[in-house]
Amino acid sequence: MQGYNFAYLDEHTKRMIRRAILKAVAIPGHQVPFASREMPLPYGWGTGGIQLTASLLGPDDVLKVIDQGADDTTNAVSIRRFFARTAGIRTTTRTAEATVIQTRHRIPETPLREGQIIVYQVPIPEPLYRLEPSRAAAAQMHALADYGAMHVRLYEEITRHGRVALSYDYPVMVNERYLMSPSPIPAFDNPKLHMNPAMQLFGAGREKRIYAVPPFTAVRSLDFEDHPFDPRRADAACALCGARETYLDEIVSDDRGGKMFVCSDTDCCESRRETAP
Amino acid sequence: MYVAVKGGEAAIDAAHRWTADERRGDPSVPPLALDQIANQLGRAVDRVMAEGALYDRELAARAIRQAQGDLIEAAFLLRAYRTTLPRLVDSEPVDTAAMLLKRRISAVFKDLPGGQRLGPTTDYTHRLLDLSPDAPDPPPAEPLAEPAPPPAPVPRVTDLLGAESLIEPDGSGERPAGDLTMEPVSFPAPRGVRLQALARGDEGFLLALGYSTQRGYGNNHPFVGELRVGEVPVSIVPPELGFAIEIGDITLTECQMVNQFIGSRAAPPQFTRGYGLCFGHADRKAIAMALVDRAMRADELGEDAASPAQDVEFVVSHCDNIEATGFVEHLKLPHHVDFQSELETIRAMRAAAGAGDAGL
Amino acid sequence: MTLLQARDLRKRFGPVAALDDVSLSLRRREIVAIVGESGSGKSTLLNVLSGRIAPDSGTVLYDEGEGLSPIAGRGEARLRHLQRTRWGFVQQDPRQALRLSVTAGGNIGERLMVSGARHYGDIRATAARWLETVEIDPARLDDLPRTFSGGMLQRLQIAATLVTEPELVFMDEPTGGLDVSVQARILDLVRGLVRRLGLAVLLVTHDIGVARLLADRLVVMRHGRIVETGLTDQVLDDPHHEYTQLLVSSVLPA
Repeated sequence: MQGYNFAYLDEHTKRMIRRAILKAVAIPGHQVPFASREMPLPYGWGTGGIQLTASLLGPDDVLKVIDQGADDTTNAVSIRRFFARTAGIRTTTRTAEATVIQTRHRIPETPLREGQIIVYQVPIPEPLYRLEPSRAAAAQMHALADYGAMHVRLYEEITRHGRVALSYDYPVMVNERYLMSPSPIPAFDNPKLHMNPAMQLFGAGREKRIYAVPPFTAVRSLDFEDHPFDPRRADAACALCGARETYLDEIVSDDRGGKMFVCSDTDCCESRRETAP
Repeated sequence: MYVAVKGGEAAIDAAHRWTADERRGDPSVPPLALDQIANQLGRAVDRVMAEGALYDRELAARAIRQAQGDLIEAAFLLRAYRTTLPRLVDSEPVDTAAMLLKRRISAVFKDLPGGQRLGPTTDYTHRLLDLSPDAPDPPPAEPLAEPAPPPAPVPRVTDLLGAESLIEPDGSGERPAGDLTMEPVSFPAPRGVRLQALARGDEGFLLALGYSTQRGYGNNHPFVGELRVGEVPVSIVPPELGFAIEIGDITLTECQMVNQFIGSRAAPPQFTRGYGLCFGHADRKAIAMALVDRAMRADELGEDAASPAQDVEFVVSHCDNIEATGFVEHLKLPHHVDFQSELETIRAMRAAAGAGDAGL
Repeated sequence: MTLLQARDLRKRFGPVAALDDVSLSLRRREIVAIVGESGSGKSTLLNVLSGRIAPDSGTVLYDEGEGLSPIAGRGEARLRHLQRTRWGFVQQDPRQALRLSVTAGGNIGERLMVSGARHYGDIRATAARWLETVEIDPARLDDLPRTFSGGMLQRLQIAATLVTEPELVFMDEPTGGLDVSVQARILDLVRGLVRRLGLAVLLVTHDIGVARLLADRLVVMRHGRIVETGLTDQVLDDPHHEYTQLLVSSVLPA
């Protein structure tokens, strides 16, 4: 693309973001403020993730972009095209082939490898925001590891609903020190955060924060001993590939209650169908 | 010697002439035609119709031109014109289920009956300012064949959820209480009146309030159940006829929000609703309106109403930008009489403080 | 054995000297009442001693088991930890201290959870027991505090504060704003609990009657200075300082 630097951002901005990434990696789960730039995609649509990816990509990288687990959802297509135009790098839909994966709201079903980077798009980086809307007050709470309010919230959920009714963006404790929002991935995906061999980076453009879970870091979903973390998944098999352990999308087929379920991770589903006997 | 200032009228006349001059701008530049505005600045026209509370594209285009592009001023012109129009008859409530869908998306299901239709949206464009030079005589563009809309009625997402009792009922069949154009609003205001205020409310104000709820100031777990844009027929029942006749179509944007479920171990939980509806193609307005509608239901749904968007009186009293701009800008009017009394007071207080100090 | 000590505290708010060279000590299991009229500096003293505000000069020292050391030197995180676990603070207005949209059980359970309690059933059982201890019907465990009366709210705050059995409790006018009969019940409750748990208490009150009922020792403040101190009965029966005499004599007979 004429007139633009490789991957859109100028080198100075990339260096600024990389410095923020290094800080984030050094303090797992801690939110590092950074001077987020206006991007050609709107705030709230992945600008944080895009800035992370833009500052990490090199000409030999292979990029996969997914939204809701699929490569062909509109926003994933838009972002992948953006990088194809501004960086000219190879793109792929295969999780196993990618060096950098940018994702919104899912972790791929295919286990990640050491050396891969997964970049999460984060709308609200602050896990305490519903309990304490002031970011300044929340920052104090993180600094002092003052997380009583969050535990009280979970206690109240069990009291009111009999279980913790948080089904996505389920708060986690990183390295037993920082409370973190894993982004609005379904609670079902939380266990994949723990001891993952890949580098996990989280970017919030509008809120101007970067945070990280380095490879092989302990990540624990908050729960009680007698009400352990128990994420839900539709009790069905994928109508296309038959999988029973992947996260499923509900497809409504008519207005008389007809529905079917298919894997949300389109790459995983396709691979399963390709290798099926 | 000082002579009392006169000449207010002459000054005003001169200001009007200067404004007319600026409005026209450089006379060597061709004047703006109304159909250029109506055709090529359609979103501005939509906004002015919504906030002017009058559906007429040509009048809205006129107002925009007369207001030199100041959209609140344009909405004001339209609202003032509306006052002069006699109210002949109330239409039947429009049925958005009968909408000829130009655009229809749902964020809660990947696929569903009627499908996901993006329509003419800027959603997935890259915001790269187009710097290509204006061609003096561009060749006419190949008109795009608009895909046929799906056959109506396309079931509402909220009705699909409703069929499984997963969402609270929508209150259809209840006549909206009150009409804020006929009676002044008093609080507590019923939901219908609140929605009327939001429909004509300032888009920026509602946008900010809606945004604030998402950031934690009264969060209600919003999901866009469905966003529809398209034409709906408007019907009236003339007293002479006694049955309904269609008098035309208007373009509306409708947003059905699916929000935080209420309920407990005792009462089966259901999702709650937020609703947005406005003239023209206006995603941002309809979504913001739905967020604020839901926030204002906090009391009714047993939630702590501690944030600005949840304060009904605050929201409804300040969302009309014609009222707001009038009062904000009235500060420019002469206030020297009231100010004079302030001057006298402050001088007296300072004198008293000075005498006190001097006495020590 | 001295648990908490203040040395030469000074604090000004603008031209007003809220604390003017104040020193005192508190021993383990001792109950000390700080009395004085409004503006005497007693609430400021309580806030400085509990680490909520910093003095302009002077030191506050606390013995965590290894001798007295200044609380200011520990860093904010450690001070906060102390305040949440080994110390308690009962505020005059329970609505400021409690989470009004959280159930009674959640309010009591918070300090437990902050100290590491992770068993929902146990937390709930402990909270229910404490409701009984403060004479609130345990059936109200899942009720929201906004349905409670003023007296009940104060008792809930007491339960929520004492549930972790802190060794030192600060109380700022714990019965202020409550009906006289309600006050008496709460004071009785506090006295019983404090004795039973062996707590050290530093309590601020303008009410001599409250001090007489609860405190072992009395500290009388006026205009930011301590004017008299001694055993409660001695000070009240034989006040030396003319201001103390005024305070004592102005108490309406019971």
